Amino acid sequence: MSTLLSVNNLNIEAHTRTGVVQVVKDLSFSIRKGETLGVVGESGCGKTVTALSIMKLLPKETLKISSGNIIFNNKAINNLSDRELENIRGNEISMIFQEPMTSLNPLFTVGEQVAEVVRRHKKVSKERAWNRAIELLDLVKITNPEKKALDYPFQLSGGQRQRVMIAVALACEPKILIADEPTTALDVTIQAEILALINRLKDETGTAVMFITHDMAVVAQMADRVIVLYPGEKVEEGTVHEIFNNPKHEYTKSLLAAVPKLGEMVRRKYPEPMRLIGKGDTRIVKPIIGTDEPILSVKKLVTRYSIRGGLFQRIKAKVHAVEDISFTIMKGKTLSLVGESGCGKSTVGRSLIRLVEPASGEVYLDGQNILDLTVKDVRDARSKIQMVFQDPFASLNPQRPLFDQVAEPLRNYGIFRLEELQKRIGDLFDRVKLPRSFMKRYPHQLSGGQRQRIAIARALALNPKVIIADEPVSALDVSVQAQVLNLMMELQVDLGLSFLFISHDMAVVERVSHDVGVMYLGRLVEIGPRQAIFRNPHHPYTKDLLKAVPIADPSKRNTEREMNFKPLPSPIHDLTHDPKPSEYKKVAKDHYVLTTDCGY
Amino acid sequence: MTDNLNINAKPRSKIKDVWDQFKSHKGALLGAIIFFSIVLLVMVGPFIWPFDANQIDIRSRNQGPSLLHPFGTDQLGRDTLARMMAGGRTSIAVGLAAMALSLFFGSFIGVTAGFYKRLDGVLMRFTDLFLSLPLLPLLLVMMLLFREPLSEAYGPERGMFVLIVVSIGITSWMPTARIVRADVLALKEREFVLAAKASGTSDTFIILRHIMPNVLSPIMVSATLGIANGIITESALSFLGLGFPPDFPTWGRLLNDAVDYLQQFPERVFWPGLAISLTVLSINYLGDGLRDALDPRMRKR
Repeated sequence: MSTLLSVNNLNIEAHTRTGVVQVVKDLSFSIRKGETLGVVGESGCGKTVTALSIMKLLPKETLKISSGNIIFNNKAINNLSDRELENIRGNEISMIFQEPMTSLNPLFTVGEQVAEVVRRHKKVSKERAWNRAIELLDLVKITNPEKKALDYPFQLSGGQRQRVMIAVALACEPKILIADEPTTALDVTIQAEILALINRLKDETGTAVMFITHDMAVVAQMADRVIVLYPGEKVEEGTVHEIFNNPKHEYTKSLLAAVPKLGEMVRRKYPEPMRLIGKGDTRIVKPIIGTDEPILSVKKLVTRYSIRGGLFQRIKAKVHAVEDISFTIMKGKTLSLVGESGCGKSTVGRSLIRLVEPASGEVYLDGQNILDLTVKDVRDARSKIQMVFQDPFASLNPQRPLFDQVAEPLRNYGIFRLEELQKRIGDLFDRVKLPRSFMKRYPHQLSGGQRQRIAIARALALNPKVIIADEPVSALDVSVQAQVLNLMMELQVDLGLSFLFISHDMAVVERVSHDVGVMYLGRLVEIGPRQAIFRNPHHPYTKDLLKAVPIADPSKRNTEREMNFKPLPSPIHDLTHDPKPSEYKKVAKDHYVLTTDCGY
Repeated sequence: MTDNLNINAKPRSKIKDVWDQFKSHKGALLGAIIFFSIVLLVMVGPFIWPFDANQIDIRSRNQGPSLLHPFGTDQLGRDTLARMMAGGRTSIAVGLAAMALSLFFGSFIGVTAGFYKRLDGVLMRFTDLFLSLPLLPLLLVMMLLFREPLSEAYGPERGMFVLIVVSIGITSWMPTARIVRADVLALKEREFVLAAKASGTSDTFIILRHIMPNVLSPIMVSATLGIANGIITESALSFLGLGFPPDFPTWGRLLNDAVDYLQQFPERVFWPGLAISLTVLSINYLGDGLRDALDPRMRKR
């Protein structure tokens, strides 16, 4: 196959306040006709910068190509003027971005936005462009394209918007499609649909795809060839099978070791920490057994948010965020709640410590019903049950040094003496493996993983019995994610902690949990021991969810066929709506499946 | 974010950090120097300068700049430099005090409205009410109603000072309140506030430790604009003849007096105008640098 695009000895410099930083170093690669090139690497490795440099979309003041050339169709394109490039951008090379919510103009209908690209490059009449737009929307499997073309972006779901973005990108039958993390912001079922769509379009139109992602599982599903970037340099290149089955470079090996693969825990009854490569990780990996003694039990929890409107701000409707949920967490064990965005899993976590007020239900912690307590007593109960949040960049106050942030819970519960605080916080820093010298630092001086360690230290400060971890690793790079997961599991063994682990990532959940609950539209559709849920799912939603998860193994591809999952119905109901209680059928020991209709 | 940070870096004191960052902002440093020079000049100047601001010398009236009177004299032969310095005292004092008062109201109402959802509606409608009042007539009414009693209580100058500061303060807090409220609403949903709540922090401490430090930057911007607004409103009131007594110099009053002679002696408008602009501009830069310096993210590693 002939080479379509080649990048030779590309060097890119970033000009910052503190000096010049080399972000891409001597990078060479090529894309052939009709192939998918996967570009993988962790955040800051220069993968997006490389993609933008091909389109010459780098911000001119800060990022500059210092040397190297980019050859497209036997013609150097890195020295073309913006005007000359306009005929290439969107016409012969086009791009899809990560965030479908912001990459469409909210003031034009989606049909207009697709038609505009066609008109710009093909010089056809308005009417023909519109017809072509509808054709394209049909091609990306938007149902009822004539009607949907008249919709504005806000009327479409995230997945549909990304489909429209793909339609825009494909409008002029480009030779290369650059997809920069096109599914990172999407739910796993929608991700599966979009990946399958890109694959099908590639086969049908013969477009070459440059697929940029941080997710090894997605690369395994999509790519023909892979290049691995590690701070600005290409460390390895090969076919997808070579990279996954026989990695040569140390970095690729450690990256692959850090990726939890769905299905690798099937034979193990108890979760265990991951074996990581490098950094002298020689600990003996032991399974975490836990106990069968209940510590937290939740009965018939219901949480609803009010939607107010009108002149007097009366309650007009309710969001049924959590609908009749019951579960029990054992001492020293982890229960995971999985589900897609908007299924109410985070609301469950927040309801348990009354960060949001549940409508009804009972939450027993050590035999005490938290929902019965007065506001003052809730404060005391919160010392036994602590939270770790998703985004380590948002969960620490940027204005306060780390010592004060970790000390805050202790000060709240009456420990003020400086020597005691210093001793306890020093111990906590040791526990989460951060140097004590970090105490005087500010959050912005830390990496994402280090920040999450601080958040964990803060949660541990009061010696809680239960920790609610709300997506604790989903904002982190894979290698850091593995370290934080291992740290959490180690702490579980050492301190006998129980976790409520809230996540959308099935592979991570399989790695850490003893028990798993699957949530859909506020209901718990299936709950049981991890092995049972993963090996023998009963509820149709659980089955579909497991089918949609990409596996970090190129020999197990599931994006070959088109997928179409049911869109999520709205959880908003008017005040008269009275949902049925959740009823379950027992299918095995401790394994229950919802029999009430949940909308799936 | 990189992982290879210097672990052994020595911890430094916060004040030194702030000062180091402030120094690196050249505009802010210049602004600070100019502002403090102006303040020093108007504070100390009158004690050194041989002429008194109200000393009439009808023989040397309407003079141009000379060695004896560097800024010239006015129609009654009063030394303009002396009047500028005396006027600066009042104008800057009014500006600072009015700014402090309006910031206090604005931040208090903004934070309360943003943080407590129950009070939001009431407080914001209250803010809208104040915004919809025609300010100048309101100020005029306040002046007419309270001038006499306050003059009796505190003496004519001090009474007037209190009246002007309070009236400017309570008629200019609304933009601050709105900006602060918007920021608090966004901050309140940030996870660190939730995390603080989850670890048992009381509302008061959440506001003091987590909310206030993070809304400092809009407050700072309001503060610099507030001083400017204070000086200018005072000038406007003096211009309308409603501020301080006619023989009491302020920059606004000087500007007002000079307008009558604009055709013959345009430089008389120039001096107080320049003083007002220079003060406002230097405060703007000062505030800009201070805001950056107080944000740990802007500091160098």
